[in-house]
Amino acid sequence: MTIARATTSRRSFLGHSYSLVGVVAALVILAWTLVAILAPYVIPHSIGDIVDDDYFGPMRQGLWLGSDYLGRDMLSRVLMGARYTVGISLAAVSIACFSGVVLGMIAAVTGGWLDTCLSRFLDAMNSIPSKLFGLVVVAAVGSSIPVLILTLAVIYIPGAYRFARALAVNINTMDFITVARVRGESTVYLIGSEILPNIIRPVLADFGLRFVFIVLLLSGLSFLGLGLQPPLADWGALVRENIGGLPFAAPAVIVPSLAIASLTISVNLLIDNLPQKIRDRDA
Amino acid sequence: MKSGVLNLVLKRLGIAVITLLIVMFAVFFATSMLPGDTASILLGQAATPEAVAGLREAMHLNDPAILRFLLWLVGLLHGDLGTSYANEMPVATLIGGRLVNTMKLAGITTLLSVPLALTLGITAAMLRGSVYDRTVTILSIGVISVPEFMVATLAVLLFAVYLKWLPALSSVNEAHSLTDLVRIYAMPVITLTFVISAQMIRMTRAAVIETLSTPYVEMALLKGASRSRMVLRHALPNALGPIVNAVALSLSYLVGGVIIVETIFNYPGIAKLMVDAVATRDLPLIQSCAMIFCLGYLFLITAADIVAILSNPRLR
Repeated sequence: MTIARATTSRRSFLGHSYSLVGVVAALVILAWTLVAILAPYVIPHSIGDIVDDDYFGPMRQGLWLGSDYLGRDMLSRVLMGARYTVGISLAAVSIACFSGVVLGMIAAVTGGWLDTCLSRFLDAMNSIPSKLFGLVVVAAVGSSIPVLILTLAVIYIPGAYRFARALAVNINTMDFITVARVRGESTVYLIGSEILPNIIRPVLADFGLRFVFIVLLLSGLSFLGLGLQPPLADWGALVRENIGGLPFAAPAVIVPSLAIASLTISVNLLIDNLPQKIRDRDA
Repeated sequence: MKSGVLNLVLKRLGIAVITLLIVMFAVFFATSMLPGDTASILLGQAATPEAVAGLREAMHLNDPAILRFLLWLVGLLHGDLGTSYANEMPVATLIGGRLVNTMKLAGITTLLSVPLALTLGITAAMLRGSVYDRTVTILSIGVISVPEFMVATLAVLLFAVYLKWLPALSSVNEAHSLTDLVRIYAMPVITLTFVISAQMIRMTRAAVIETLSTPYVEMALLKGASRSRMVLRHALPNALGPIVNAVALSLSYLVGGVIIVETIFNYPGIAKLMVDAVATRDLPLIQSCAMIFCLGYLFLITAADIVAILSNPRLR
């Protein structure tokens, strides 16, 4: 009923109004988050069990999403894949945004040579294509979950830094910052209590966009066989191992692709449909 | 004021050179972090300690990393890219033909996607808010939100599986006639064109819409100019800088796209070479391929910035 009403009017919640698309997108994201948390308790078969005599089996009762290239249950593998895709991306984006935003605020508040050096260095980092960076690191140190999280985080720190610094520089010129400085407040207080509360909303929107980039990059790396290693499989790895089913249009290769698309498109749509007040850079 | 622009451009080029040095440094050190001793890996388990020591000496592995970095740089400047570990061929020979293949792929994609994306982007901006505009916007958001390999997968499903127009894999060596050639390049080029165009359409549309909201365009509207004259004569010449900037930036997405596309379609280009080199941990090959990609990327983003500087009338 709520949804039916939302088509005619934007619903109001916590003082903001949300569009229907945004609400649906938020629900999809919520659903995948729940799947990522609850996957081990709800999967019908163990991800390693061969349950079908046939490979690339079609959808049927009991095997709701068919079977993969070894005859394993695809539904279980996709549900567990959500855990890796969402988990690794979330960890990486948290590290990237936290470091980027803290560094960006410090650079804006301190200024001088620290700001110049940091900006130059991170801009240079930004001119290494992200997939290439991933390839080289994986070639150098091998692929494991901690390495993946750190690599993805390092790749997206420069972007988060640039965004947060640009916002913080604007806030930094405000009178209340000058007043706080004159009061003799420390840098920690300045960035934590004066700047952060004023940039937190656009930073959160940026967090979502960066999450999408990381999901795409992680899937791309896994698709190249450089991300998660078997027997673990995230959605990109699932597409890779079942790519042989493509000529028969097997659900095993289509479903993980759809899973990635549903997650990334939802996050993009949610951010596009956020109330202007939250999304705006200069809020 | 002329010197102001020149200064800005020179400054931007200087930054590009510094960036290039940092990038080279990063590529070199990331690849020398590899665990295990290169000399003993090369010689295998049966190698005597003397042989390993001899090879280490010959490969300058005992020298400090910074010296090896400088040696590598000097080699690069002389066009000496080193020797591949995996098959002992000079890296330059391995890369040569592959680079031409990749450039062909990138070139054809550019020729196709630039006119396509500009037409769609500009018309969408002109008809802002219409069904056409919304369709174009939703489609381009859709393509941007999914990984490149999924665009490729969908293209294979559509053109090779359902319509059976094109083969799913390419093999450049089997090209005997023009139709063969078209069939080989079609799938990789279609995929790349989708990926690149989506970015370009969005940026072009944004650039034109921004120009259309300026006061002088409103003035043109008020004095009774037709819609097409308003866009083509008044808005477009001023939006040209941002559009060229958008084109260069979007083309830099080729670097990432080509890695996925060459792998999925088994296209014998330099990205495929690099992915294979990563699998065999062939360091000199990885370093050289990475440098080529970084150079291309850096060239495109620097070009984009310089166009943005040159097209800003306030600096002229």
